Amino acid sequence: MNRNQPASVKPWHQTNWDWRAALNFICGGTGTGLLVAAALFGGAAYPWLALVALAFVGFGLFWVWMEIGKPWRAINVFFHPHTSWMTRESIVAGPLFLAALAAAATGKGWLIVLAALLALAFLYCQGRILKASKGIPAWRAPAIVPLVIATGLTEGMGVAAAALAAAGGLADRTPIIVLVVLLVAREIAWRRYRSALAASGAPRGTLDVLGRMHRPFSVAGNWAPALLLAASLLVQSGAGGLTIIAGAAAALFGWYAKFTIVARAAFNQGFALPVLPIRGKGERVPGAKPGWQKPAGG
Amino acid sequence: MTRWAMAIDLRACVGCQTCTTACRHTNATPPGVQWRKVLDLEQGEFPDVKRTFVPVGCMHCADPPCMHVCPSTATKQRADGIVTIDYDLCIGCGYCAVACPYQARHIVHEREFAYADGPTKSEEARFDEKRMSVATKCTWCVDRIDSGLAKGLKPGVDPDATPACVNSCIANAYTFGDLDDPQSNVSQKVRGTTWFRMHEELGTDPHIFYVWDEK
Repeated sequence: MNRNQPASVKPWHQTNWDWRAALNFICGGTGTGLLVAAALFGGAAYPWLALVALAFVGFGLFWVWMEIGKPWRAINVFFHPHTSWMTRESIVAGPLFLAALAAAATGKGWLIVLAALLALAFLYCQGRILKASKGIPAWRAPAIVPLVIATGLTEGMGVAAAALAAAGGLADRTPIIVLVVLLVAREIAWRRYRSALAASGAPRGTLDVLGRMHRPFSVAGNWAPALLLAASLLVQSGAGGLTIIAGAAAALFGWYAKFTIVARAAFNQGFALPVLPIRGKGERVPGAKPGWQKPAGG
Repeated sequence: MTRWAMAIDLRACVGCQTCTTACRHTNATPPGVQWRKVLDLEQGEFPDVKRTFVPVGCMHCADPPCMHVCPSTATKQRADGIVTIDYDLCIGCGYCAVACPYQARHIVHEREFAYADGPTKSEEARFDEKRMSVATKCTWCVDRIDSGLAKGLKPGVDPDATPACVNSCIANAYTFGDLDDPQSNVSQKVRGTTWFRMHEELGTDPHIFYVWDEK
């Protein structure tokens, strides 16, 4: 079934990027965050953490490849580095895979640092891909970029902390402290993003979806894991279990947030008239912006 | 230089959708795909209700976000301002569709027909495999403009060199022409009336001018 829309005036949900595109942001964010975590705290475990990270990134790219209309022309994605953040993301992906694979194979520290830097670039590109989507108010808000970066790093650090705790405990508590800081940063980025959208006057559909997401994401996705991690620093036994639960929550709620933003809150611009036409001797009448929080001109 | 532009007089449009039909006929777009749509906007509450018809489509922006995001360079802008799509380059990623604030882009993945029992003769004859799973949109009938210019005709004046929607309008709501020519009909229309452009605050510099009052 072709999914083009009839002549609607109010914003409606975009139909071009679905859960497959969301998976690219979910897995790309977690994978790149995990690479950064592996470089910082992986220790002897960083080769396999790097491989898991690549599996995440590769899985996301696979699904976005499955979504495009002409998958056998995918090579054309490299043609527009001058302005397209999708091209830039694709260009970064190659060296990212090479550096991480080489790091995993050789165990050389500088290679995992290089891979982590490329992972940061990849993550930044993902944020900019959304920001450049001018037709989707929930994505074009500049505050989407710090949110995408913050949640990607938090998810990756959450997976790393949970994995390292499960594999034998974290002797060094620094990763836990960093994850707490990232959770707080993600909460701040989320609140700034929501406030910016509300202030700019987003479509009501977008604000409704994000409003429903706020409590679970904020409470169960940010504050609860941060508190669990703080508790794990204080208790003598059971710290590993708390870290695993908190790390998993940090990742899962990040995925929930990105799926919601990409596949549920992405209402388009709709149409608006700043004024209505004056016919005959009629007077100027204020315009219309159906489906928006703020009226036309607002 | 030439800069094609369109003015649509909202005071004149009666919402008959002849432009939509003419566009579909001219460009053989599949069911559900309207490169030229007419919105029906009701404002106010009984008994003080106003109804406005607003033809929309690709605005051929001077600063088109669809072109900037396109990873394959399939979307380009000609020197005369018309934004085009190269169907052989497009990968159908849909990035342009989410970048366009005018919902002007369409991607069709499955062949569909007007009737359930298969394609009509016209649909069979005019089906273009190249347009499957790639982005499509209004071209301002660029082929008519180019062939008309080659014959020495004037777009916006001579019907054979003018977009189909403009030709078809029963209320003469559409005006098309060269905005860089101060004597063109579109320049005169823009100069002589009060107008706005859709979502101008987004900085895309759209080139459809919606006329809503006299000067």
